[in-house]
Amino acid sequence: MEILHSALLQRALLEVVVLGAACGALGVWLLHLRHAYAAESLAHAMLPGLVLASLAGVPLVLGAGGGVLVAAALIALAARDRSVGSEIAVAITVTTAFGLGAMLALAPHVPARLGDLLFGDLLGATTGDIAIACGLAALIAAALALGHRQLTLAVFDPVAARSLGGRPERVELALLALLAVAVVAAVQGLGNLLVFALLVAPAAAAMRLATSVRAQLALGSALGSLAGLLGMIASAELSTAAGASVALAAVALFTIALLLRPGSADRAPRRSAIEALSARR
Amino acid sequence: MNVSPPARARIEVSGLAASYAQGPSALRDVTFSALGGQAIAVLGPNGGGKTTLFRALLGEIAVVAGSVAIDGPTAYVPQTERARLDFPVSALDVALMGAYARTPWYRRVAENDRRLALDALARVGLEDRPRERFGALSGGQRQRALIARALVQDARVLLLDEPFAGVDRISEGAIMEMFDGLRAEGRILLIATHDIEQARRWDRVLCLAGAQIAYGPPATTLSTEVLKATYGAEIVVLEDGTRAIAVQHHDHEH
Repeated sequence: MEILHSALLQRALLEVVVLGAACGALGVWLLHLRHAYAAESLAHAMLPGLVLASLAGVPLVLGAGGGVLVAAALIALAARDRSVGSEIAVAITVTTAFGLGAMLALAPHVPARLGDLLFGDLLGATTGDIAIACGLAALIAAALALGHRQLTLAVFDPVAARSLGGRPERVELALLALLAVAVVAAVQGLGNLLVFALLVAPAAAAMRLATSVRAQLALGSALGSLAGLLGMIASAELSTAAGASVALAAVALFTIALLLRPGSADRAPRRSAIEALSARR
Repeated sequence: MNVSPPARARIEVSGLAASYAQGPSALRDVTFSALGGQAIAVLGPNGGGKTTLFRALLGEIAVVAGSVAIDGPTAYVPQTERARLDFPVSALDVALMGAYARTPWYRRVAENDRRLALDALARVGLEDRPRERFGALSGGQRQRALIARALVQDARVLLLDEPFAGVDRISEGAIMEMFDGLRAEGRILLIATHDIEQARRWDRVLCLAGAQIAYGPPATTLSTEVLKATYGAEIVVLEDGTRAIAVQHHDHEH
């Protein structure tokens, strides 16, 4: 296999396997807290920051960080108007930011790197990128381990959480901040459009297959790494784009999980049709 | 459970008004007091302010007028149908949540608390299924797991939100018995219900319809007038005058 002989491919593989493990675990909590939309939005909304960083010749991580902060501030600002609401605020902020980013990137004097920004440049992974990915994975592992009980309360029982020592709003904010860091760290390799696949698909697959939160976190990590591995092998063997192959591998794993466990994600006893109807009264 | 007899629980609520963020007050003019060992039915239609009262007592939402004084740790026992049934936690995990507040963030839950949680599950009759998934338990069993959590918290005041909703008759009897045991230990129970017959079984009844309508022993408090004021046009009084039934409409908020 070509992948065994190319230092370029090996670095890319290492980067994506580490990112996959980190994103897979983080994704489990994002999905339990029903923040899939926020995950996708934050990733897309940082495009103008990426374009500006690439124009100014500064590291993309800086542009991504700035872009995420501006997008988050805009979302928070728009959502404060109760007649707008958070979902619409996110949608408007994301489209504005994405449109602005595309306009900047497609301007006449800009070097043609929009493709890299949107779809990532895994093969360009440097040792520094790999170090950042490892740092991210360590940060996420530590944060999720220490925050496990707080996250559990925020998901399971937000109303009683406070009386049980929980701080659900603070926990959700912290998780979104962690998401922003993850997206910033992963965007260079996987791109603005594809980073989302590693955050959601492996986690969704793990949540279908595993029966405890800890098992879901472990499996989400493993499936994230596996998606990276399979995607990179496919990319090397079939000469397909690396980031896109990884994203499709992640989705393929989710599809397999879906086939293995069709039906509802929870295995609570199903309600009969009559119960369901009477509950809707 | 090896719980030492604590100071007597007490609730003192005076002129309470509470509201959700930026909204008008959702509940007002609530005045009542209770001592350890008492069970109080909180009766009213959907949207009448039962859950709002609980959230105000927990400090979850703003008290805009009046005062609340509660002696003793307070636990909220939510409607089991509102808990996240797809979240994979076991009955034991749920009971252990009662120990989270006293567990430092960098530590595991203490071994002693683990034993307390198993004891609490045994007390509510779930000793043979600590590993069972919460979402896979029946409505009555879920209710009991949540009560076990309140026991691990060693709550002196329990706020129970529709504890008999979605619970079969047999579980209902078991839960009633458990409530008697909790009262005997000097705990205060506040039991939200929209069922008038249910409300008659407890020491006091607090009728809410956006504001307090009445408070007192059920026998003297649950008059036709009070019920009409509580439920508006939704009340049906049976011909013998001894029984009244609230007709609940679930398709709109009041």
